[in-house]
Amino acid sequence: MPITTTHVTLTDLTRMLRESAGEEEGVDLDGDVIDTPFIELGYDSLALLQVIGEIQREYGVEIPDDAVVDAETPRALLDLINAGSTSAA
Amino acid sequence: MTATTVVTGIGITAPNGLGTEDYWKATLDGRSGIGPVTRFDASQYPATLAGEVPGFVAEEHIPSRLMPQTDHMTRLAMTAAAWAIDDAGVDAAALPEYGMGVVTAASGGAVEFGQRELQNLWSKGKEYVSAYQSFAWFYAVNTGQISIRHKMRGPSGVLLTEQAGGIDSLGHARRHIRKGIPLVVAGGVDAALCPWGWVPQLASGRMSTAGDPARAYLPFSPDACGYVAGEGGAILVTEDAGSARERRAPQVYGEIAGYAATLDPAPGSARPPGLGRAARNALADAGLTPADIDVVFADAAGVPDLDRVEAEAITGLFGPRAVPVTAPKTMTGRLLAGGAALDVATALLALRDGVIPPTVNVAAPATDFPLDLVTGSPREQDLRAALVLARGHGGFNAALVVRRHAATTDPASGRND
Repeated sequence: MPITTTHVTLTDLTRMLRESAGEEEGVDLDGDVIDTPFIELGYDSLALLQVIGEIQREYGVEIPDDAVVDAETPRALLDLINAGSTSAA
Repeated sequence: MTATTVVTGIGITAPNGLGTEDYWKATLDGRSGIGPVTRFDASQYPATLAGEVPGFVAEEHIPSRLMPQTDHMTRLAMTAAAWAIDDAGVDAAALPEYGMGVVTAASGGAVEFGQRELQNLWSKGKEYVSAYQSFAWFYAVNTGQISIRHKMRGPSGVLLTEQAGGIDSLGHARRHIRKGIPLVVAGGVDAALCPWGWVPQLASGRMSTAGDPARAYLPFSPDACGYVAGEGGAILVTEDAGSARERRAPQVYGEIAGYAATLDPAPGSARPPGLGRAARNALADAGLTPADIDVVFADAAGVPDLDRVEAEAITGLFGPRAVPVTAPKTMTGRLLAGGAALDVATALLALRDGVIPPTVNVAAPATDFPLDLVTGSPREQDLRAALVLARGHGGFNAALVVRRHAATTDPASGRND
């Protein structure tokens, strides 16, 4: 089931954020956003839940439920995802 | 003294027009928006016609962030609300956010969104259900999204009385205004053109199964054979007349002068249906007599028994052929929670322009319905007050009286844009 060699990048994440939750006006997701809190990018916990669901389906990784609360920035979420893909191996 | 409630803004998304003037022109031209269903494959169902809103490109009206979390219904409602607020010249950011409320009508919630997600749940599993299902299909979603987008945090709510809801929401808005809230966005927009929205309506036995758009929905006609469903509706900005004057609202379409709602007795009861009583109570509430009413916008069920109840309610109050009656919804179909709100908007435009839009496709009412039905083409007439009637499945009746407001002709209140 899970793809074990996946490495999700910031580009992948911003693409999925756009698909799952849209893009806030006045926010440039292509800019230097890796350490910008999601809340400043216009994404609330529901938007994160939505994108985390998509990542789990697309990459076959398991991401802990707490990620929505704990991962406040794209970097933190990517760390969790990429750690998840390793542990699922 | 009780506050006077006026309508200062109108936003319309209707099957025969997107935007108020587009809709109004089509309605006066007698142009119908009823045709074969395209939003889903209706060929396997007995009813195959609908009124669909034409040319609506959601991305042109709805921010990207809201696209994944909104149903087609909510996108239409948010668009109508934004137009109404703009039409009223309201800068929501400049007004106290707790002084503005939102009350909309709903029938079944955002069933198209809900159906898709439940299909995902059933066929693929819970991981495939949108996180936004948590609210996107919910009855109050239009109210919530309008409230959030325009930062209107005053008293808000949703009313579920099916087709009567468009009127009930305006009655409720007036109640808030009388309690001191300066502005309430109200009305209804519905869109249930999907199998989940279709099947319960079919089960009522009231949907037309005719295949010819010109013969499918013929209220008061001897050939009445049910109704055609449609999507869309209207959102109105209602305001305290004093507040509207103070902020120099660009126009006042009219005053919500009277409102009443009743419930029909249980089936089999010896008591009469409640529609006539709702109409009488609304007139009494407005302090008007039948002679003051210049036009009636009918509920127009298109079902012979229900048409008879309505014809008797109208003739019982006004006398035979004593008041012009019209059903412009013959051009849109019945819009569930959006229908009566659109009728109120239409009545206000009729008051503004002194013209009664026609009932289309009906040559004349059945001989035993002594109604002065406005058929064929619009009728020009000076109009002071209109009575709008609506019935919701399950026995809901609602009646609203709108009349011209003095400020309508007061140039001092005008702002030209």
